[in-house]
Amino acid sequence: MGNLTKDKAETGFMATLRNSPSTDEFIKGLWRENPVFVQVLGMCPTLAVSNTAMNAMAMGLATTFVLLMSNMLVSSLRNFIPKQVRIASYILIIASFVTVTDYLIQAISIDLHKSLGAFISLIVVNCVILGRAEAFASKNNMGRSFLDGLGMGLGFTFALFCLGGVRELLGNGSIFGFALFPDSFQEWIIMILPAGGFFTLAAWLLFFNALKEKRAKA
Amino acid sequence: MKSESLWYIFINASLINNFVLAYFLGICPFLGVSGKMGTATKMGGAVTFVMLISSMCAYGIHSLLIAINAPFLQLISYIVVIASTVQLVEMFIKKMSPALFRALGIFLPLITTNCAILGLALFQTNKGYGFVESFVYALGAGAGFTFALVLMAGLREQLDFADVPSVVKGAALTLLIAGILSLSFMGFAGLGS
Repeated sequence: MGNLTKDKAETGFMATLRNSPSTDEFIKGLWRENPVFVQVLGMCPTLAVSNTAMNAMAMGLATTFVLLMSNMLVSSLRNFIPKQVRIASYILIIASFVTVTDYLIQAISIDLHKSLGAFISLIVVNCVILGRAEAFASKNNMGRSFLDGLGMGLGFTFALFCLGGVRELLGNGSIFGFALFPDSFQEWIIMILPAGGFFTLAAWLLFFNALKEKRAKA
Repeated sequence: MKSESLWYIFINASLINNFVLAYFLGICPFLGVSGKMGTATKMGGAVTFVMLISSMCAYGIHSLLIAINAPFLQLISYIVVIASTVQLVEMFIKKMSPALFRALGIFLPLITTNCAILGLALFQTNKGYGFVESFVYALGAGAGFTFALVLMAGLREQLDFADVPSVVKGAALTLLIAGILSLSFMGFAGLGS
């Protein structure tokens, strides 16, 4: 997808943004290389905690925090970590930050901690974070890694929100807990159940595929 | 928790709350290596093995961490155990069957970041399972993972011959099938209650 958009001659605001290298690190994670919709990474938390918009946002922000911190630390240590043990070191760095986040969320809101459950700890095994550490932070300086982490994290949050919003809207008739539909609305219970997660993500992917095909034809 | 029989723990982990289709754990290998039946079964075997070892280690580590009063080290020590077990399995498979090693490719080292394994270790700690219960729980989770993977591989092998619109091809189709599988697994919900 990256080549597809780059090949075309672009003009306008987005192009100026994209042509400056530092903002590009930030922008690419949001859309062109979106971790969920384009790279299909980090599926487990994406599907598991996107049953309400609130959970999705909280999970996305927690992941963004860990991604930012680990990207920066990995990038600053990139010349000291021996190549053979790099993956193990990355995992340890990530695990430490996840432990911090876990206690942080527990301190902020017990209810949120309960509804996210073990999935906060499972941020450790989110492939997006390890993927960025290996593919980006270990090769680039701290500033660029920071921007990359921020972009990817927000892109992840955005994708999670897309899923969580749709699932809560259809499954519960509300968004962030505010009811949107009249009482006569029949909830689609299936959407908040596990199967609904698969279907919603499939629908979003279909939507983006169709968009891509249309653009390729034009 | 003592009232749960071992049989119920096994059925619960493998069918009712299937790790892949109900908890969304281990989706990456589920989507990645479910293309061929042969690889799927072997991947299931490797994951089950790592699950068994890491679940037993996790039990020991948890008791130790409680004893020295350092529960915040839980996550870090679990992930280290899992990473080393995966390393072991990787060396073993490389030695025993280079063909399988190539077929599994990047997904073999990625077992480390398979959330099903870390999830299993965390869930058994949360549920307060003893040693035998943890072992059975790991066995059930592994069986459930392999079962889901094999089901998916069978369906996808058939789909290779089907004429699907180009928009649906790839991840979207796999996710749709996963959704339907997940729906059918909801039918197990009444078991054991």
